[in-house]
Amino acid sequence: MWPQVGYFIQVTVARAYVRVIGAQRELSWLIGDTLLPLLSVVGYVLVYRAMKAPPEYTGFVILGGVLMTFWAHMLWSMGLQLFWEKEMGNLARYLMAPLPRPALLLGMALGGIVMTTSRALVIYIASRFLFKIHFNVSQPWLALAVFLMTLASLYGMGMALSSLFFMAGRGANYGMQAIFEPVVFLGGFYFPINRLGFVVASASAALIPTTLGLDALRQTMFNSRQIGFLAPEVELGALAVMSVIFVWLSVFAVRKMEELGRAHGKLIAKEQ
Amino acid sequence: MYSIETIELRRTFRLERAARKEGRGRELVAVDDVSLQVKPGELFGLLGPNGAGKTTIIRILCTLLSPTAGRALVEGFDVVKETQQVRRLINSVSGGETCGYGILNARENLRLFTELYGIPWKVAKPRVDFMLKVTGLDKYAGTRTNRLSTGLRQRMNFARGFTTDPKVLFLDEPTVGLDVHSALDVRRFIKGWLAEHPEKTILLTTHYMAEADELCDRIAIIDNGKVQTCAPPDELKKMVQKETALELTLAGHAPVPNEWQQAGGVVKLSSSQDSENQTTHLHILLDNAAASGNFIRIVARDGRQLVDLRTIQPTLEDVFLKLTGRSLAEDTTKTGEEPE
Repeated sequence: MWPQVGYFIQVTVARAYVRVIGAQRELSWLIGDTLLPLLSVVGYVLVYRAMKAPPEYTGFVILGGVLMTFWAHMLWSMGLQLFWEKEMGNLARYLMAPLPRPALLLGMALGGIVMTTSRALVIYIASRFLFKIHFNVSQPWLALAVFLMTLASLYGMGMALSSLFFMAGRGANYGMQAIFEPVVFLGGFYFPINRLGFVVASASAALIPTTLGLDALRQTMFNSRQIGFLAPEVELGALAVMSVIFVWLSVFAVRKMEELGRAHGKLIAKEQ
Repeated sequence: MYSIETIELRRTFRLERAARKEGRGRELVAVDDVSLQVKPGELFGLLGPNGAGKTTIIRILCTLLSPTAGRALVEGFDVVKETQQVRRLINSVSGGETCGYGILNARENLRLFTELYGIPWKVAKPRVDFMLKVTGLDKYAGTRTNRLSTGLRQRMNFARGFTTDPKVLFLDEPTVGLDVHSALDVRRFIKGWLAEHPEKTILLTTHYMAEADELCDRIAIIDNGKVQTCAPPDELKKMVQKETALELTLAGHAPVPNEWQQAGGVVKLSSSQDSENQTTHLHILLDNAAASGNFIRIVARDGRQLVDLRTIQPTLEDVFLKLTGRSLAEDTTKTGEEPE
């Protein structure tokens, strides 16, 4: 039992290390992953200010920008990761090792969270500095729990998508590009989700973990329950359920992906 | 118990639509009823041209591909039913492969791959240091691998295969893409490693006959997914001991007439064109030395200009030529199928 736990942790840390160290060594991300999203945030803030929207809307946009970083990272660097691993020749190395597959996915996710948190922090600090936001945090522990549970469900989704997108092949890449902007809109990244009405907001909340997370964070960090879609405690519970479902799905999907890949000879890139 | 055993192993691939439209049928047989037994401590070679089925066999044994029929066992464990047990015992290196992460340095990449096998760093570190030294990468141990040349990354990949200290190692064309000196170093290391670890087993695939001849205890010649013969290199060469091998270089690229194939004494003939020198190379296996004079007369009669002529000792190339009628250099890979 304990050797297995130790092995699980060893693989998780080993895979996470690649991303953590990558964030330190490749500083070009400062421009691509931080400056460009920051421009979007600035754009929305200026629009809201021109419309004389309530001041907390500036904070809503900044929170949206922060979670957008995690969402984009989850899609591109988690969802497509197994596909890229195959192209790089690493997937075969992983799969012919006796390692527990969920440990590999968890390592990708934890490394991604550490890497993306540093990016999100830069956006958050720069935005606060630029726009002088005042938070009114009524329930800090609830806010923290919501944030962590949002990341858990989001990266749980990423772990599941990595195998599902791998099975879908190159088409998944194009599909993701096609849905990226609609999801930004339907996920309410730059405005309160309840503006879309109950039906659309419910559909969005059921599919996109950041919808509930963002809504709960806005309510708890700006003490503005009136803009909320559901009570933050309910949203926290829903995020916990989503986390469990996504993690279970990821374990199932990676097993299925490997099984199908072995049967159809799809685990190794053609040129290898 | 055998270290590696395949029993009527078969693997087929469904052909892509384009290939089906060309009338090549619905499926390709990549491995066709292959039965092999490799003893512990043996360096066993699979020799065959590109597209013969060698890599498919290795992928099945590495648990990366399921067989369509038949069985494959590694150290007695079934590669389909007991994958985890098999994976604990094996590793593989493919020539031309440059896996790992460019953002990590060579030492970090090797460490990562040992951790995937649950090897503690205090155990893995001396192995990693040793392999870095052996492969000449010790100078680059701290260099990010995206700053290393392709050749150096290949060496790192070669080192990776040995750092987990596998009981059974699969080497799939390990010297492909390496320069002559590096290939020599690799072959020397393989021989040395097996001499130091007589309990380990290596399955090597190659289409370089000299490599197979130099390294392997036994060789299975494989073509079109089928094992043509299996024996130690010396025994294989005895198959063509009575024959004479002749190499001719002719000026120009004119086609080789069918009549030459049927000339007296010709057992097999293969040809290839050298576009750089505008010449055609012929490799002819003759059933007696006297037949060479007759063959040269036919070539001269047909007005072909002879640039070079030499008689050579029959090699594994000639064994392959005799068994299959083709040269090892001929690529039999068909498009639209699983890669070989």
